[in-house]
Amino acid sequence: MSGFLDRLLGRDQRSARQAKERMKLVLIHDRTDLSPASLERLKDELITVISGYIEIDPDAVEINVTQEGREQRLIADIPLRSVRRRRAG
Amino acid sequence: MGNNGKGSMAGKVVTVTSGKGGVGKTTATANLGAALAAGGDKVVCVDADIGLRNLDVVLGLENRIVYDLVDIIEGRCRLRQALIRDKRLPELFLIPAAQTRDKSAVSPSDMVRLCNELRGEHDWILIDSPAGIERGFRNAIAPADVVLVVTNPEVSAVRDADRIIGLIEAEEKGPALLVINRIRPNMVRRGDMLSAEDVLELLAVELVGMVPEDENIVTSTNRGMPVALNGKSKAGQAFRNIARRLKGEEVPFVDMDDEGFFGRISRLIRSGGK
Repeated sequence: MSGFLDRLLGRDQRSARQAKERMKLVLIHDRTDLSPASLERLKDELITVISGYIEIDPDAVEINVTQEGREQRLIADIPLRSVRRRRAG
Repeated sequence: MGNNGKGSMAGKVVTVTSGKGGVGKTTATANLGAALAAGGDKVVCVDADIGLRNLDVVLGLENRIVYDLVDIIEGRCRLRQALIRDKRLPELFLIPAAQTRDKSAVSPSDMVRLCNELRGEHDWILIDSPAGIERGFRNAIAPADVVLVVTNPEVSAVRDADRIIGLIEAEEKGPALLVINRIRPNMVRRGDMLSAEDVLELLAVELVGMVPEDENIVTSTNRGMPVALNGKSKAGQAFRNIARRLKGEEVPFVDMDDEGFFGRISRLIRSGGK
């Protein structure tokens, strides 16, 4: 079903591409010993802590582990709620 | 690199490992040994896969075994007595693994001691590591100056290679050098096999060789004759190139995408000339 959808949207991925994308995630978790579930918990706790100091948009927070050579980096993208958006909202 | 001066004989220990089994460690060890010895260097291949020995059959020396690695370590023979000389390549020697023992018969310090003795008489000591990350692997990397990690362009082999590369770094035996074995250029071309570039990007280590899948490997292993001695085999050429890189030569990586005249023509027809 999703394969059909992919083809319809022109997103047909060859198997090598899929292998590479899957391996990127697997290797990050193998190397850091950080499971997707604990990364999710870390994100929730981070949101709680930061919200105590500054108003953020919890739904827009993104936290990822990226790879640079054989070094891993934890990248958190935390959009702040601007004063204007607060008024509008 | 390149301190294997003939006169001083400060032999270099190269361990070939992989994590996953069946990716071509033994084939790589046998062929690098043959290629280095064919170039005139004095080489000893050590089978560290105790209980599952195979380097002897791949090299075609299985009928000449009297003593093995464990016999040397336990003092039942002298080092010289256990060295099997390859009659086709007078500079190539083998120390076979024991078949009826297990890995606990050898310790990492035994391997260091053995290799230090071998360094005085040989330019290269190539160690064929067992698969896995246990004692046998630790034994094999303990004496290493250089560690080659063999992998295949396939998810489980790449994942295990990554794990083993991490362990090699943790043991301060890095940086590991990567050999990507059994590449099928036609599958890579149609996007159904990880390319060497993909594997390198994932593992982020230095590449020392790319070896294409080659039927000559099967036939030459059947005969006990390393494919590196076959001038026509593409895999043989790839192993000879790795041997030259180990010696410190700059050897350009051959294009895996070399599909030949008919391949190019048929691809042109298929793609409608685009």
